[in-house]
Amino acid sequence: MRADLDIIQEWIPAGSRVLDLGCGDGELLAWLGEHKRVSGYGLEIDPQNIAACLDKGINVIEQDLDKGLGNLASDSFDVVVMTQALQAVHYPDRILEEMLRVGRTCIITFPNFGHWRCRWDLASKGRMPVSEFLPYTWYNTPNIHFCTFKDFEALCRERQVRVLQRLAVDREHRHGLASRLWPNLLGEIGIYHVSR
Amino acid sequence: MAFPEDSVGLVRPQMLHFSEPLTLACGRSLSDYELVYETYGELNAARSNAVLICHALSGHHHAAGYHSPEDRKPGWWDSSIGPGKPIDTRKFFVVSLNNLGGCNGSTGPGSLNPATARPYGADFPVVTVEDWVHSQARLADALGIQQWAAVVGGSLGGMQALQWTISYPERVRHCLAIATAPKLSAQNIAFNEVARQAILSDPDFHGGHFQERGVIPKRGLMLARMVGHITYLSDDAMGEKFGRELKTDQLNYDFHSVEFQVEGYLRYQGEEFSGRFDANTYLLMTKALDYFDPAAAHGDDLARTLAAARADFCLMSFTTDWRFSPARSREIVDALIAAGKNVSYLEIDAPQGHDAFLMPIPRYLQGFRSYMNRIAL
Repeated sequence: MRADLDIIQEWIPAGSRVLDLGCGDGELLAWLGEHKRVSGYGLEIDPQNIAACLDKGINVIEQDLDKGLGNLASDSFDVVVMTQALQAVHYPDRILEEMLRVGRTCIITFPNFGHWRCRWDLASKGRMPVSEFLPYTWYNTPNIHFCTFKDFEALCRERQVRVLQRLAVDREHRHGLASRLWPNLLGEIGIYHVSR
Repeated sequence: MAFPEDSVGLVRPQMLHFSEPLTLACGRSLSDYELVYETYGELNAARSNAVLICHALSGHHHAAGYHSPEDRKPGWWDSSIGPGKPIDTRKFFVVSLNNLGGCNGSTGPGSLNPATARPYGADFPVVTVEDWVHSQARLADALGIQQWAAVVGGSLGGMQALQWTISYPERVRHCLAIATAPKLSAQNIAFNEVARQAILSDPDFHGGHFQERGVIPKRGLMLARMVGHITYLSDDAMGEKFGRELKTDQLNYDFHSVEFQVEGYLRYQGEEFSGRFDANTYLLMTKALDYFDPAAAHGDDLARTLAAARADFCLMSFTTDWRFSPARSREIVDALIAAGKNVSYLEIDAPQGHDAFLMPIPRYLQGFRSYMNRIAL
């Protein structure tokens, strides 16, 4: 399984009811269903990904996150997961609120724009960072709301969202000493477990 | 003529007679009746691979294959049923019937009423989606099918598939409901009412007993079909197909000429339909649509209505379908999620409107196939 998903699964209790926002090819839900008796639904809009989910046998719902989660009842899921999609939605703060309304706890991962390589690109070249991990240029990127770990935690504080657990990892999703010591500079991806 | 490789080929309708009276939702009962059906593929030894196809308003039992080598067109859902197609007849045993009240061989308004020895005509009882499902359950019994691997239908057929999971939860493993709704909207009912009035006000209708007079309410049926047809297509599809193209060289400044291509098309559709469909059946089918509202008996709570269902669900809708819009399918999906059921939902981007569910749209067929593939036998 994808390395970040392997970290996330540890935070999801066996037998729980999970909603996966932007579930991709359904890898996480398929694994959770098989290994932890987790039931749940994946929300996705990409046709290729939806087809992959159908092939895997998971529940996939074609739904645009930017239109909100108004169709889902409050507190109807144990865990709401959103991996690598926060930076691509139109209203990250609203989706965060919606996730916290629908689920008892939420797991969110996103790329850290405060990572030293991003800072270096901006500072030295004066250009928006383009990397192997974020391969888009500013005009065609689906990632429209970049933030740093500090930004995200500021939003959490402002909205009275509790951070239960936090991990800063590198692109191989290793959480070494460096990213533990100085996450906002050395961590590439943030994995947050939050609740109200 | 050789049939295409992915066709079920030559098929033959079969008939079953039922002599146990069937009590209907309206309170009346049919003392005995016949159902005409077709089957494709083979029932396996475990009898676990049977799929029921439920037809829509003007559909019938002939869903796939050909009745003769001379047939110009295969059955109405041939794009989805056959070897290698989404409903793969190498894996599944497919049963497709003509519903009660129909006009393609099953007992309906055109059949003889045993009580009077004359055609039922308007005396045929109003049948509902629930009634159909009960009659289909008896067909399943007669065919030795205890549980369907899947019940599949589009539009009014999707309503039957849903009703199956409510009426016989233990007899359906998967429900595929396509381009359908949990109940009709006021606008939907309004269109049906216009269609009915067109038929009822035709002087040749004779209170529904036109058959005995040797006439058919052709104009009414034609109008009904024309109205219906407009609602099955999207504005874009009509624009693409006809635009404002003229059949004539110039405008005639009268009311009789068929000037615009779209007029010619609608008249042709109406004409063709009025020659093959029964007006009383049309009235019955539209009423079955209007009455369908399974949540009404559960405080209008669809999630509660579906709570007892044991099936897994697959819902599909089409972006330009305004007769049964994606929002209507999403109502069902939301209720199923709230009820904790397994459900997948696809919203297919397609320009064809409601009719899209009958078309070979690649993403639709791919999703359909993927879902059918995962059904364990």
